[in-house]
Amino acid sequence: MSFDRIYGLFLRHFFLITRSFPRILDLIYWPAIQITLWGFISNFFAEYSTYYNGAVGVILSCAILYDFLFRTSIGFNMLFLEEIWSRNFTNLFIAPIKMSEIITSLVFTALIRALIGLVPAIILTSPLFGISLLDLGIPLLFLFLSLYIFGITLGLIVSAGLLRFGPAFENISWSTLFLLAPFGCVYYPIETLPEIFQNIAYALPLVYIFEEARSILIDQTVNYENIVQAYYLNLGYLIVAISLFYYSFNQARKKRLIN
Amino acid sequence: MTHSIEVINLSKSYSSKKAVKNINFKIGNNEIIGLLGPNGCGKTTTIAMILGLLKPTLGKVLINGLDINLNRISLLHSMNFISPYVELPKKLTVKQNLIVYGKLYTVKNLKSRIEYLSHELRLENLLNKVTGELSSGQKNRVSLAKALINSPSVLLLDEPTASLDPETGDFVRSFLEKYKKEKKISVLLASHNMNEVERLCSSILMMKDGIIIDEGKPEELIRKHGRQNLEEVFLKLIRNKNEF
Repeated sequence: MSFDRIYGLFLRHFFLITRSFPRILDLIYWPAIQITLWGFISNFFAEYSTYYNGAVGVILSCAILYDFLFRTSIGFNMLFLEEIWSRNFTNLFIAPIKMSEIITSLVFTALIRALIGLVPAIILTSPLFGISLLDLGIPLLFLFLSLYIFGITLGLIVSAGLLRFGPAFENISWSTLFLLAPFGCVYYPIETLPEIFQNIAYALPLVYIFEEARSILIDQTVNYENIVQAYYLNLGYLIVAISLFYYSFNQARKKRLIN
Repeated sequence: MTHSIEVINLSKSYSSKKAVKNINFKIGNNEIIGLLGPNGCGKTTTIAMILGLLKPTLGKVLINGLDINLNRISLLHSMNFISPYVELPKKLTVKQNLIVYGKLYTVKNLKSRIEYLSHELRLENLLNKVTGELSSGQKNRVSLAKALINSPSVLLLDEPTASLDPETGDFVRSFLEKYKKEKKISVLLASHNMNEVERLCSSILMMKDGIIIDEGKPEELIRKHGRQNLEEVFLKLIRNKNEF
């Protein structure tokens, strides 16, 4: 892999973001709104719900974690959509850049995008709602990394769809996470779901991540088995997503879908 | 002798449609070959296969003796492409675009390469301007700078002067003539501009319905078909259904 090429593709998006104030604002605006909204909802439930009674920041912490996942996934897709919108796909794919370099660059750039949006929002939560995500302790790092991997995985799957089906796949790229959100058990325990949905939920890493976050915040106990299980599932999905991405690129080369 | 581009029994089919049918040609070093044909005759498909952007159904493309499909990444270092239908990121400045593509092609001494190209292509005053806000003539020169950023030995041009005013078109043609003479590059030029092809190309491939129906030097083709100029030859060939 060439660092220069990975850096070159990163620069393409870095220049794009830093040249435009509306783009930076857009990155910060939604997470801030989202977290403020969930902050007030969180306060309300903490006051009136026995389940959340002991832990004021549970809903808000889960909202921040979910938003990080959402930003990572959307961020990855946006990088791909930018190439479609600017009619730059051909220039990109006739440059001597390997698929692995494209993926590496987008993975890194998606993280930067997500953090630009999320860091100010996380900072907001402390003075506004008296909540710190750091209450999750060291496991927070594992939870974030796990969500990041799953966000990238979803981003890869959607980008594979964009490669294979072109701009027609754009709407799906926006809605993927909304489809998975009910099964992710972001704001409620898995027992809330009907049994058949529970089976689906257990096949996703999200449920282990959010169950664990709640367990840490409510019961102050860390169950590393949940975290390990999430990583196993993440690994499996990531391998599938990377394979799908390569397959779609090869199909696009057969069917002249890159132009 | 190794040719810069060697197209061998190349075919491309999409389900029931055959876009390119068993074509063969070679382009030597320091040679500009014209690819002429009506819209939809398979020119762009052929170029896409030469670039490795599209996989052939049958046949192969050799670049400097190596199969593009087996050596895509390494060969793309010495190739580049320009087309009015492919744009550079509009929101980036000209300089940012050249930096990005310089990095993607791992160009050494990128700063001096950008300086050289901006001088040669009269881009000095445009470097800090946003690419999307340039005129089509300026955009064309920027795309040409991008296409030459890696000092390619094989250059593919798809209608490089389409929609340009006569002065800019002439500037681009003169530049290409000079650049090819100095750098000894091989060029495949797809164009609808017969004067351009006559001026730049040492040889021409006439394409129709996915096949090469005739080829030769411009003056030879004019003589062979008993016409006054290349445009008349082109019209005769594409209108004649039974000749080939």
